[in-house]
Amino acid sequence: MLELRSVSKRERGVVYIDDLSLCLARGDLHVLLGPTLSGKTSLMRLMAGLDLPDSGTLHMDGEDVTGLSVRRRDCAVVYQQFVNYPSLSVYENIASPLRVRGARNAEIDQEVEQAAELLGLRPYLSRRPADLSGGQQQRVALARALVKKASLVLLDEPLANLDYKLREELRAELPKIFKGSDAVVVYTTSAPEEAMLIGDTVTCLHEGQVTNSGKPRALYNRPAKLITAQILSDPPLNVLRVRKNGADLEFADNERVSGGERIASLADGAYKIGLRAHHLDVRKPGEGGIQAEVKITEVTGSETIVHAELGSVRWTALLHGVTPMDAGTRVSLIPDPAKLFVFDMDGALVSAPTE
Amino acid sequence: MTQPGTTSRLKYLTPALYILFLLTPIYWLLTMSLKTNQEILSTFSLWPVNPTFENYMVIFTDAAWYSGYINSMIYVSMNTVISVLAALPAAYAFSRYRFLGDKHIFFWLLTNRMAPPAVFALPFFQLYSSVGLFDTHIAVALAHCLFNIPLAIWILEGFMSGVPREIDETAYIDGYSFPRFFTKIFLPLIASGVGVAAFFCFMFSWVELLIARTLTSVAAKPIAAVMTRTVSASGLDWGVLAAAGVLTIIPGALVIWFVRHHIARGFALGRV
Repeated sequence: MLELRSVSKRERGVVYIDDLSLCLARGDLHVLLGPTLSGKTSLMRLMAGLDLPDSGTLHMDGEDVTGLSVRRRDCAVVYQQFVNYPSLSVYENIASPLRVRGARNAEIDQEVEQAAELLGLRPYLSRRPADLSGGQQQRVALARALVKKASLVLLDEPLANLDYKLREELRAELPKIFKGSDAVVVYTTSAPEEAMLIGDTVTCLHEGQVTNSGKPRALYNRPAKLITAQILSDPPLNVLRVRKNGADLEFADNERVSGGERIASLADGAYKIGLRAHHLDVRKPGEGGIQAEVKITEVTGSETIVHAELGSVRWTALLHGVTPMDAGTRVSLIPDPAKLFVFDMDGALVSAPTE
Repeated sequence: MTQPGTTSRLKYLTPALYILFLLTPIYWLLTMSLKTNQEILSTFSLWPVNPTFENYMVIFTDAAWYSGYINSMIYVSMNTVISVLAALPAAYAFSRYRFLGDKHIFFWLLTNRMAPPAVFALPFFQLYSSVGLFDTHIAVALAHCLFNIPLAIWILEGFMSGVPREIDETAYIDGYSFPRFFTKIFLPLIASGVGVAAFFCFMFSWVELLIARTLTSVAAKPIAAVMTRTVSASGLDWGVLAAAGVLTIIPGALVIWFVRHHIARGFALGRV
C-alpha cells in the first residue's frame, strides 16, 4: 500500500501539490484524473522519488520512503513521451532493469519473452526503438515496467501521445497487462471516460489537491463535491446558481424551472445545481423550459453537442443523432429535473439523482 | 529550360569551377612537393616534369623534421583526450542541473575565446618555466586546454541537451548507478557529439602555432614551428617545405573525414 501523508510541493512560489493525503492499495489500478496543471505529473514524480516533497511523508507498506533514492525504490515509470534507450535493441530495452539487478541470462530470456508475448512485441525484439511505431515504442516502455515486477508502477498519461485507434486498443489491454500483479498501479489521465473505463479507483485532482476519491461509478453517480462532478463530466457539466423556492428553481432574470419532488423537500435558499449535458433536451422554441439562443453546434457523427446561451449563462446539451442548428436559432432547453445534482454554495453535494 | 545536350555538357561546369577555386592552392602545394627546388624556381610547369620523392625522403629521414610531427601528434592527442574528458562531466552538469550562476558561468567560459592567443603567451611562458614544464608536451597540451575545454563544453552541452532528461530518470528508476548509466546509456547517445568535440579540439590544437612555439624549444618543438625555421644560409628549401605542408594537411583531412556528417552541428556548438 502506498500512502501519502499531507504532502506538499512548491517551486519558485508556485504551489504544485497542496497538503495532499492519499492511500493507494496494492493490486488495484488507480486512476489520477484531473485537467492539465492539476498536479498529476508532479504527484507522480513525488511518488517515484524523482522529486522530494517540501513537507509531508510517503510510506510504502508502512515503511517511510521519503527521501529514499530513486535507484533504491522499487518502482517503474512509463512517461507520456515514449522513453526508451535509443541505442539499445528492444530486447535489451525490456531486459534493462533485470540486467542491472544482475539476473541470470536464462531468467532474463524467459521474462523478456513473456512480456514481449503479452504486449505483441515478439517480432521486433532485435530492432531499435526508433524503428518502431509510436504505439509499439510505448509498448516497449510498458514491457520494461512489467518485467521489473516493481511494487509501484506509475503510468503518466501513457496513451496521450498515441493516435486514436492505438489509444483505444492499448487502453483495452492495459488493465489485463497489470491484472494479477500485486503492485500499486497508478495511471494519470485528463480524459474522464478513460478513468471510468479502466480505473478500479478514481482520484480527482484539482489545483494540487484531491477533491474526491473512490470507485468510478460511485464517484460518477454521487460526486461529493461540485468540482469532482465537473472533472468527471465530458462534455462539461452545466452549472447554475439558483434560488430554490418551494419546488421551483429560479435563476438569472426570473427564469425558473420546476425541480420536482426531490428538490421540493430541500430547505429553501441559494444552491448551485449541476446537470450533465445528456440530461438537457433541446426543443423548438415555445415548448416551455428555458428560452435560449444557439451559439454553436458540434456534430461528432452520431451525436450533436449544442452550446446555447441565455444572458450570461452558457448551456451545453448532448443530443443523439445529427441535428445541426444555425447560430442564433432560438430553442427551448428542457432540463430533466430528476437528473439534477444539487450542491450548496460551497460546492458540497446536497442531493444527487437516484440511480 | 535547357536542351538535354546542353545540360549534359554544363553539368561538369560546377564541379570544374569548384575544383579550380578550392583545390588550386592544395594542388600547387602538392606539385611543388614533387618538384626539385631548381624546377620550382626556374620554370613554370603545371605538373612536375621530373617527379621526385626526395623532398619527402628528407622529412622522413631527418630527425629535425619528423620529430616535429611526432611532437605535434603527441601534444595534440594529449590535449584532445584531456579536453574531452574534462568537458564531459562539466557539460553534463550544465545541461542537467541548475546551480548558482550556472548561466553566467557557462557564458563566461568563452571569455578565453575573446582574446588573441598572444595575450596568453607571456603569462604561460613565465608560469611553465617557473614550474619546470617548459619545453614539454604536456605544457602545450595544457595550454591549449584553455581554449579547447570551454569549446568542448559548449559543443557537448548542446548534444547532451538534445537527449531528453526522461532517459536519465528512466535509467535511475531501472536501477543504473550514475557511472554505469553514463557509460552504457548516455555516451552512445552523444557519441557523435564526442566525435565532433574531439575533432574541434584536434583542429584548434593542430593549427595553433604561437603558444606551441613559445612554450617549446627543442624537445617538444611542433611541426609548424619547424616549418617556419627553414630559412637557411642557402635560401629557402621550397620543395621540402611544400612536402611538409602536404604532410601537415593529411591528419586534419583524415579526422574531418570521420566526423564529416556532424561537422555542421559542431560549428553550431551542438545546437540544432
